Amino acid sequence: MNAMTTPPVPASPPSPYSSASFKSNVESHTLSVLVDNEPGVLARVVGLFSGRGYNIESLTVAEVAHAEHLSRITIVTKGAPETIDQIQHQLERLVPVHKVTDLTLADKFIERELAMIKVSGTGEHRSEALRLSEAFRARVIDATITSFVFELTGKPAKIDDFVELMRPIGLVEVSRTGVAAISRGPERM
Amino acid sequence: MPKQMTGAEMVVEALKDQGVDTIFGYPGGAVLPIYDAIFQQNHVRHVLVRHEQGAGHSAEGYARSSGKVGVLLVTSGPGATNAVTALADALMDSIPLVCISGQVPTHLIGSDAFQECDTTGITRSCTKHNYLVRSIADLPRILHEAFYVARSGRPGPVLIDIPKDIQFASGTYTGPENVQHKTYHPQVKGDARAIAQAVEMMAKARKPILYTGGGVINSGPEASKLLRDLVAATGFPITSTLMGLGSYPASGKNWLGMLGMHGTYEANNAMHDCDLMVCIGARFDDRITGRLDAFSPGSKKIHIDIDPSSINKNVKVDLAIIGDCTHVLGDMLSLWRADSAEKPKLDAWWKQIDVWRAKKSLGFRQSAATIKPQYAVQRLYELTKNRDTYITTEVGQHQMWAAQHYHFEEPNRWMTSGGLGTMGYGLPAAIGVQMAHPKALVIDIAGEASIQMCMQEMSTALQYRLPVKIFILNNEYMGMVRQWQELLHGARYSESYSEALPDFVKLAEAYGGHGIRCSDPAKLDDAIMEMINSPKAVIFDCLVDKLENCFPMIPSGKAHNEMLLGDTGEDIGSVIDAKGKMLV
Repeated sequence: MNAMTTPPVPASPPSPYSSASFKSNVESHTLSVLVDNEPGVLARVVGLFSGRGYNIESLTVAEVAHAEHLSRITIVTKGAPETIDQIQHQLERLVPVHKVTDLTLADKFIERELAMIKVSGTGEHRSEALRLSEAFRARVIDATITSFVFELTGKPAKIDDFVELMRPIGLVEVSRTGVAAISRGPERM
Repeated sequence: MPKQMTGAEMVVEALKDQGVDTIFGYPGGAVLPIYDAIFQQNHVRHVLVRHEQGAGHSAEGYARSSGKVGVLLVTSGPGATNAVTALADALMDSIPLVCISGQVPTHLIGSDAFQECDTTGITRSCTKHNYLVRSIADLPRILHEAFYVARSGRPGPVLIDIPKDIQFASGTYTGPENVQHKTYHPQVKGDARAIAQAVEMMAKARKPILYTGGGVINSGPEASKLLRDLVAATGFPITSTLMGLGSYPASGKNWLGMLGMHGTYEANNAMHDCDLMVCIGARFDDRITGRLDAFSPGSKKIHIDIDPSSINKNVKVDLAIIGDCTHVLGDMLSLWRADSAEKPKLDAWWKQIDVWRAKKSLGFRQSAATIKPQYAVQRLYELTKNRDTYITTEVGQHQMWAAQHYHFEEPNRWMTSGGLGTMGYGLPAAIGVQMAHPKALVIDIAGEASIQMCMQEMSTALQYRLPVKIFILNNEYMGMVRQWQELLHGARYSESYSEALPDFVKLAEAYGGHGIRCSDPAKLDDAIMEMINSPKAVIFDCLVDKLENCFPMIPSGKAHNEMLLGDTGEDIGSVIDAKGKMLV
């Protein structure tokens, strides 16, 4: 075929509907979900994420209002903005869900995580661990001749940093709560 | 006045208070107290099925043809797991069901007791909501809540798992009037500004189309009436999904036929070329959109849906209206009528549509020697259209031919498994329809493969003297599987031949019904009349052309304007590319 006579292929119109675009610009979002504290509610939320192929980076749950049987679930998830939007709507569709707030969209919010970090060692390693823990404002909540358990609260990244520093010094194990989050200012979610 | 009674009695009392007159079920150890309570009353009629899947589909057929909530009652363990397919089917098609399942007594839960399974765990993702009742005090509230959740918002199946000790326990029954749901209050009224904006967009459109779905039917007969008024007022062309057939009459002059994978040429091309798409109670399913990045590229899109999670799920829309179709269509219509601005002239658009219509994409060539399946459905339609007829189907080629060639004038007349695509749906659904409409003519258009999946329900039909008609388009193949193997797998018909078929005429007789066989086009009308006039349940074995394919078709991975028509003589084995083959 003669390339000169081939009519130009019209460029396909820019389409917002391509599923390919859904995979672009993955963002991390923190969602607060207020639910009835009834049996199976956590399974419903977790099942929704696994069943529809969404990610869970972190999940915390605890009752926040005993008299009203309300629990608050904080979920950190990753996805394109369209996916996050869809996750929010799917969560709202669950019957025992009262409210879903995308704190990342609310912009002003605080997130904190608590970690307990066990480090063992003697001599220079032991004193280095203690010095670093002071720099990070970690508290010693258990100690033996050869070990410490530190308690550290902060943003997940701060905990990551501290854990990495402990690794060469004698990190044994870590237990983390996952992220709890709340918006700034006087309003409720 | 609160009344003292057992849990089992509460179940029956709640059914009565919820206006339930018919339930479908199968007894077993863990539901015996409820069956005992059913035995001692006359308000609720129980239909004994032959398999719990049949109970579920019967309840679906009952619900879809009557607009009421369908109810099934099953025992623990296998009773509940057998019902799972029907629950998943109802979830996909948004059909309101309440499934009551028995459970082993509370103190045995978790001990791997006989006929124990984690019913709420298993059904969590295939119900809209489910409950395990842990205390008799909660039972009345849960029973009424379940009905409320099943029918409100986007309808769906709700399961209540009741341990046997709770059925025996005594407590105080309260009626539905005091049950107010804590969290679930779906929005039914559409946002007025959004509706005004929609009407403005509609007034400016030059190539508009209404794309409607099962949501219109779920919203009730009033929504279908308003839809017809809207079409009359606007002059817009209208197409519908498989689920929405009947909400606008097929004889209406603005009707383009069904859209989607096996939709008409005019409907799909109009969807592709339109400048404004108004989606009403449909969900941009993959059978509808075809290739997403080539789906109606030049149009603005308005989406009316009661489920906010349907918005922007598959296709990004320009304007979303959350609400119930009846409310939104009513508001839309009055705004449209009140708006004095000049209404769009659609002559050019209709001219284009007429060009597409002229293709006659549903055409087929009937032969004198064999019955074409399309011809069989066409004759069935002609001979039943003036009767009080309800159609159910199984799943496959026959289902698509029924959708294409049986023309629906009213909502709630067409029961088919759309989302889940459940073979075996049609016969039990027909039984449910016949229970709701004892005097009507109820026909299950079936395939010889699908019908065998819930064949046992023939026994149910006979027990309750339900004169359902099973009209089998018998091509001795799982026809749609065979068609896809021709399209995608070099016509290697792996396991899709229906070997060792029963003699359906003798089978009908063995059940106590009436059997008819026909293979001669010239005798088809008489045979169909024999079926219609029989007072019994009938199995009609209609032997049709074995290798007929279902056209038109949008091959997977293709756009609306890349349809395959039946008579192009194209080598259909080479149409779908590697990427398309990955799709279903």
